[in-house]
This record gives sequence, C-alpha cells and structure tokens, in this order.
Amino acid sequence: MISDELNSFPVVTGLEIAIPSALRGGKYDRQEVTLEIAPEGIVDVCLYLKIQQKFVRLSTVTAVDWYPEEPRFEVVYHLHCIERNERLRLKCRLSSQNPEIDSVTSVWRGANWYEREVFDLFGIRFRNHPDLRRIMLPDDWQGHPLRKDYPVTGSRV
Amino acid sequence: MGDHDIPGLTAIEAEAPEPPSDSTAPRPRRMLLNMGPQHPSTHGVLRLQLELDGENIVSAQPDIGYLHTGIEKEFEVKNYQQDVTLTDRIDYLAPLSNNLCYCLAVEKLLGLEIPPMAQWQRVLLTELTRLNSHLVWLGTHAIDIGAMSVFLYCFREREDILRIFEMYSSQRMMTSYFRIGGLALEPPRGWQKRIKDFIDVFPSRVDEYEELLTNNRIWINRTRGVGILPLEDMLDLGVTGPMLRAAGLSWDTRKTEPYSSYEKFDFEIPTRSETDVYARYLVRIEEMRQSTRIITQALEGMPSGRWTADAPHVVLPDREKMKTQMEALIYHFKIVTEGFNVPAGEVYQVIESPRGEVGYYVVSDGTAKPYRVHVRGPSFGNLQAVPEMVQGTLIADVIAGIGSMDFVLGDADR
Repeated sequence: MISDELNSFPVVTGLEIAIPSALRGGKYDRQEVTLEIAPEGIVDVCLYLKIQQKFVRLSTVTAVDWYPEEPRFEVVYHLHCIERNERLRLKCRLSSQNPEIDSVTSVWRGANWYEREVFDLFGIRFRNHPDLRRIMLPDDWQGHPLRKDYPVTGSRV
Repeated sequence: MGDHDIPGLTAIEAEAPEPPSDSTAPRPRRMLLNMGPQHPSTHGVLRLQLELDGENIVSAQPDIGYLHTGIEKEFEVKNYQQDVTLTDRIDYLAPLSNNLCYCLAVEKLLGLEIPPMAQWQRVLLTELTRLNSHLVWLGTHAIDIGAMSVFLYCFREREDILRIFEMYSSQRMMTSYFRIGGLALEPPRGWQKRIKDFIDVFPSRVDEYEELLTNNRIWINRTRGVGILPLEDMLDLGVTGPMLRAAGLSWDTRKTEPYSSYEKFDFEIPTRSETDVYARYLVRIEEMRQSTRIITQALEGMPSGRWTADAPHVVLPDREKMKTQMEALIYHFKIVTEGFNVPAGEVYQVIESPRGEVGYYVVSDGTAKPYRVHVRGPSFGNLQAVPEMVQGTLIADVIAGIGSMDFVLGDADR
C-alpha cells in the first residue's frame, strides 16, 4: 500500500513500524509527503511524530469538503520539523454523518484555534477540545460557510 | 447544513467577590476589562478580555473574527488569476508577500518555470514590503509606548516605498503586482534610479530611529524584560517570525526553504536570546538593515530578460502580439473568459513574510478555479500566544507585549 518512493523517507518507515494500524496510505507528489491516517489513530500518530520524529511545530490544521463524495471531509494537518527542515502532511477522512475526530491540542497547544476554525467553518467536531466554540463567526451563526453546499450568494429565507 | 448547539459566549467567569467574613480582611477585587475591539493599540479590531486584579493581569482572552470576510470561500468562486487580488487583502501591510506565496503555490501546481528577472524583481519587491511593514510596526509600536515622533519618521520612509509600489503597479497598497507566471507588467522605466535613491538614504534613516529609541531610557524601561515567552512555548503555540528569532532560534524560510532565488542572495538572520519586547525590536531593526542589503544586491545583479514565463496558456500575451497574431488573440480570449486549468493536486507553499511563516494550501481539482485555498496567516498563530504572554504582567505591559507581536487582524481573521 505504501509505495517504495514513500518508504525511502525515514519518517514513513518509522511510523509504519511504530503504529502500523494507523497508516492507511500516502503519496509523494511535488516534493511533498502526504500520509493518510486512520481518524481514530490521529493523536497517537501526532504524539509519535512530535516526540520521536521531532515535528515540534504544527504549521496549520484545515479541512477540505469533498461533497458529495463519501467520506466527505478531509482534515489536513501540516507538520514541520525545524531540526531536519522537513514538512509532512497528514490527512484524515471523515464521513458526513458524524464528522468527529480527536483533538490534537494535547500534542500541540497551538492546535486550539486551528481546530476551532475548522469547527466554525466546516462543522467538524473535535473530541476533548478544551474550548470548542466558533472563532470567526458570531456564536448564533447558522451553518458552516466553507462547506461546499453553503451558497456564496443569496439571502436567507 | 447541520446546526450544532453552540454554547453562548462564555465570558471569563470572574470569581465573584465573596462577602467579607470580617470587615478587616482584604476583599478580593477582580475586574473584567474589555480592551478593544476599538482600541488603538490593538491595530485593527481585536478584543481582549482582561481579568484584572488591580493592575495585574490574572488572565487574558483574545476574541477575534471581527474582520472575517470569508476570503477562503471567495477563493473558490474566482479563477486562479483573479484570486491574486484577494491575497493582497489578507495581510494589508504585506500584500506582496501574500501575492508571492499564492503565486508560488499555483506555479508549483502548474510546474511553471519563472524567468530569473521576474524572480529577482519579486525578491526586491518583497524585501521592500518587509521594510514597509516593519516601518508601520515600528511607528505604531513606538506610539503605543509613548514615543510619538518615531511614527512621523517611519511614515516618511514608508511614503517613499508606497510611491515605488505606485510606480510599479499604479497601486500604493493593493498592488497585485505578482501574477501567476511572473509579473503583471514590465518594470517601469527608471525603476533602478528610484530604488537606488531610496536605498542610498535608508540606512541612515534606520540610524535615526535607533538614535531615538535604542538607548532611550524610557524605551528600555518599557520594553526590556517585558512580554517574555520561552521558545518551547512559542513553538508549541505556533508562533513564527521575528518573535522566534528574538528567542534565539535562527529559523527563516528564506534560508531554510529558499524560494524565488533567495539562495543567491547574501544576508544574515539576526537573532537575540532575550525573548523580550526589546529583543524583538532589535531583531526587526536588524532585519531592516539586512533587507537593505538584499535590495542592493538585487539592484546591482538584476538579470535581464522577460518578466513572464514562457507559458502562453497561462500568461496574457503582449498587447502588440494580441493585435497582430491570431494565436495570441485566441490565448488572450481563452485566458480572459475562462481562465486556465490547473492540474489536479495539492501544494503547501511557505514563505517568510514580515510577520512570520505564511502558508498557502492550494487544492486543485483540475478546473480553472481552486477547489480549496487555505491561508496560514502568521498573525493567527502569533495571537494564540497572547494569553500566555501577558498573564501575570501589568496592564501597561500588555500594550508593549501585543505591539511586539506585530499582528495584522486581516491576516488573522481572513
């Protein structure tokens, strides 16, 4: 499942040995490594990558809505290791029924606002998040604007 | 659209003052103070909820989103070239840095080769942007702390830079001068002289600012030892840019992940180890001098050649060609009416803006409009560190502390 090209990266082989069940696939495209992670294993993977592989920085967390495909949502994490000057992208697919994933705020405190932003704009819930509420939009806002089925124009009925 | 039950605005619950058991015991007195959203020192619309015990800060809670304009959604309904104009409006003090990052990301998806002249012009102009942004920061930061005159000096030089931008793109702030595939226009006639005139006097201007501040006792007392945040905490919280360099980490993407020919330039990354507001000031002052060095090198070694890539399906043809050649006319018509398709894929491009790490995550599904664009603004990451930085300090230090972060709310809220 993991291509030979990907296996030339020590991070990938290390992760395969440490948490084999979490790794679902990946690709190496345009000099960027992307790994697909099982949503239930995200915190373990992040902990391993931060502590063993020195990915001390979480650059950003965001999401992509692949509506009407299923599983619909893709949560994307961009990690950065300053020591080896290496970047890594993690992805988790979530279904539209109950888009929920564990929060990585216990790994990097900086994930807090990024996850709040994803919650606000995509409606993806993060379990064990210390302060999960809207960040950009007013608290009484209806809907989640970055979803693909949220219109760009028109007025509310 | 799913509708979640959203908890109401959870204000910081200040401990209710307990009724004194006996009248002689001191009563705990906590006060909840709203700083902003209309506070001059927050540079935009940031609301800070401060819980105060006298002048001491017990806790601080930043509240952002007042400038949220849905830019990331808007990216998805415009075509790739139109989206360049949106990037200007994200960080309105460093529009060209955002132009550059977005263009580099899309060019990486397209696999475009940018000619050296365009790359060097991009370096030159982004460094001018860095000076522009640092000048605004220095002026407003000094005004917050009480040094009025520095502001006037800084804005004098900023005016020169804005005039240079105007000369290049006929816009002072929202330049949109970098386009996918190169530059929007040929660099204007006489640009060398304008930049040389500016760069010849600028180092002496930096000396002037330093004369006003670096050894100024009031400035030192207000900034030294203030706003300290350990490096490990900053990394964990997502802080980037001069704040990390003022904590001793020599990390600058211009050096570590060079883009747009930065590897051909000779410059240093200034660092300090004090991690306080004063160190951040010194780092940024030194960055201005280093930027001047880069601009001088770019001016002296500017390669000749085209300012756009050789990609007729992406770059608009010259006006003259469009009027005389059928093929050019067809390309022009296609680019203007429907844009150009970008191969499916995803890219995360990172550059060093004046404020720190800017990242553009562009996802393409093979059509002429981006499927998703996410902007990692440095201000958003930096603002997260506010509560930890100001906790336990005095209220006057909050102004100095958040001033030293140099955030732009447009960049945080998008």
